[in-house]
Amino acid sequence: MTLTRETKGQTGHRLRRRRMARSHDSATPVGPSPRRRMTRAGRKEAVAGYAFLLPNFLGFLAFSLIPIGFCIWLTFTKWNLVLPPQANGLQNYRDMVSDRLFWKTLWNSVYYTVGAVPAGIFIAFWLALLLNRGMRGVRIFRTVYFLPYVTLTVAIAIVWSWIYNPDLGLLNFLLGKIGINGPAWLQDPNWAMPAIIIMSNWKGIGYPMLIFLAALQGVPEEYYESARLDGASWLQQIRHVTVPGVAPATFYVVVISFIGAMQGFDQFYVMTQGGPAYATTTIVMYIYQQGFQWFNMGYAATLAVALFFLIAVVTALIWRSQARSAALTAN
Amino acid sequence: MATTVEPTHSVRLTEPRPRVRSMRRRRLVGDIIAIIGASIIGVIFAMPFLWMVSSSLKDISEIYGFPPKFIPEAFKWSNYVDAWRALPFKTFFLNSIFVSVLTTLGAVLTCSLAGYSFARLRYPGRDKIFLAYLATMMIPFPVLMVPLFVIMKNLGLIDTLWSLILPAIFTPAGTFLMRQFILTLPRELEEAARVDGCGFFGVYWRIVLPLMKPVIATLAIFTFLGSWNEFLWPLISISSIDHKTLPLGLTMFQSRIAGRTPWNQVMASATFTIVPVLVLFVLGQKYYVKGIVTTGLKG
Repeated sequence: MTLTRETKGQTGHRLRRRRMARSHDSATPVGPSPRRRMTRAGRKEAVAGYAFLLPNFLGFLAFSLIPIGFCIWLTFTKWNLVLPPQANGLQNYRDMVSDRLFWKTLWNSVYYTVGAVPAGIFIAFWLALLLNRGMRGVRIFRTVYFLPYVTLTVAIAIVWSWIYNPDLGLLNFLLGKIGINGPAWLQDPNWAMPAIIIMSNWKGIGYPMLIFLAALQGVPEEYYESARLDGASWLQQIRHVTVPGVAPATFYVVVISFIGAMQGFDQFYVMTQGGPAYATTTIVMYIYQQGFQWFNMGYAATLAVALFFLIAVVTALIWRSQARSAALTAN
Repeated sequence: MATTVEPTHSVRLTEPRPRVRSMRRRRLVGDIIAIIGASIIGVIFAMPFLWMVSSSLKDISEIYGFPPKFIPEAFKWSNYVDAWRALPFKTFFLNSIFVSVLTTLGAVLTCSLAGYSFARLRYPGRDKIFLAYLATMMIPFPVLMVPLFVIMKNLGLIDTLWSLILPAIFTPAGTFLMRQFILTLPRELEEAARVDGCGFFGVYWRIVLPLMKPVIATLAIFTFLGSWNEFLWPLISISSIDHKTLPLGLTMFQSRIAGRTPWNQVMASATFTIVPVLVLFVLGQKYYVKGIVTTGLKG
């Protein structure tokens, strides 16, 4: 009794799928039906299972599952929230392809992602290496580097707007001391995005750093020893032992940072409101404008679905390239 | 064989001491360089916070004076009182606390129940439902925000604090975290309790929940901070000033005051918004870091 239950619990999913595949081929089901009558204890357990799940499941249904379906349906409609929604076929998708603001804001998000993610991961890696020496005060340093990550983006963005102030700001004052005439930062179309990238890296670096720190502890000391015996220099050890050793963490951090960066909103809204001249309007900000300032609900939903597919496809590509490089190193 | 080994052995006997000492010295020098480097980076990381506090204590004439100084000429603590009065910050704080506390309580309760259900109880369709949970974890929020607005509007909850609390409670990520943790617990205790006639809820309440303290701490601190810092969804849902949370209230400072921005008051408001978060983080750092490192949670 307990034995069959155990196997059902662990491999039930796979077993059932195999059974279903078989019953697809031949009309007569083979083996015991998965819907055989439950024992009384089993029924009691099922009732408890559903009851425990129910509160969460209702919320999941109302605020995750139904909205997703609703969003997809909305992409085929034209709706301003006042009049009832009208069927609109694929018009939203056609509009999107020829919408210059869509491409502009998508490009802004890509620019931000490419500017922020690789640099952030690179710096985080070296910070983690530094802290991994385990010298005195590591905890304090770790906390200080990590603090910006937990603070409100809105508050941080306001503080940095003040630092970036062209005339009175700290940054241009410090730059002036070393003889550099600082740009107008957030007011300058060419400098607004780099300014936000710098601020976002300062804020976000703690997260990949922690992941790398944990991964570094997992690289066996013997690998370093044998590399040292082979005469590997410090940099060679990092290149041939550390970097491959933390590769899974790097992969994870790349995916998470990419997904997060493509959804950048808070700091852009607070620091520049998307300006100057749409130089810092991200795709999520554009979705927000279309939906909640211009009330094009159908079109906003279409942009959101497009963003989702873009994120999904790129994540899958990163996944595949990582799987390939993992296969290469394994051989 | 012994004769070939002997010479190298004798060489090794004389060598180690100086080598160990030089290695130890090199390690010490390296540590000192690392501490100096880490301190410089630490100053860079702390600088915006220090500048925020410094600006918050300056007189407005000093804010607009040149060159800027790090230590204010006179500490003007009244900036904090002025900032607190310039906007209804008391309301913002109370709203933020209400939303974050209720979201956290709701998430801990429903996610731990659902996690227990997924991890331990058997019923038809369980794995399929769990798969649906996993799949929605990857959906970005922009996909949800337009429909959520419509749903909340139809429920009559738009522009209420409940519209901020409800969607944040039932997170698939929280349920996933709970389930994974319960799977690592030993079953024996629960089975013994069952044999003794304890019901399923009793097992959950008396056996599983007490064992879940660390993971509940992790989920609680993540949910609390996430809810406290949330900006985009409140921006969409909340319009009246009485229902604004802190992040929304802070942005009003920028938009409301035209002309000469009282940066000292703005920085004072940023300071008293950030400080509670920092205190909470330092207190719960252990659980927070554990959550990130073991499960890759993102705040």
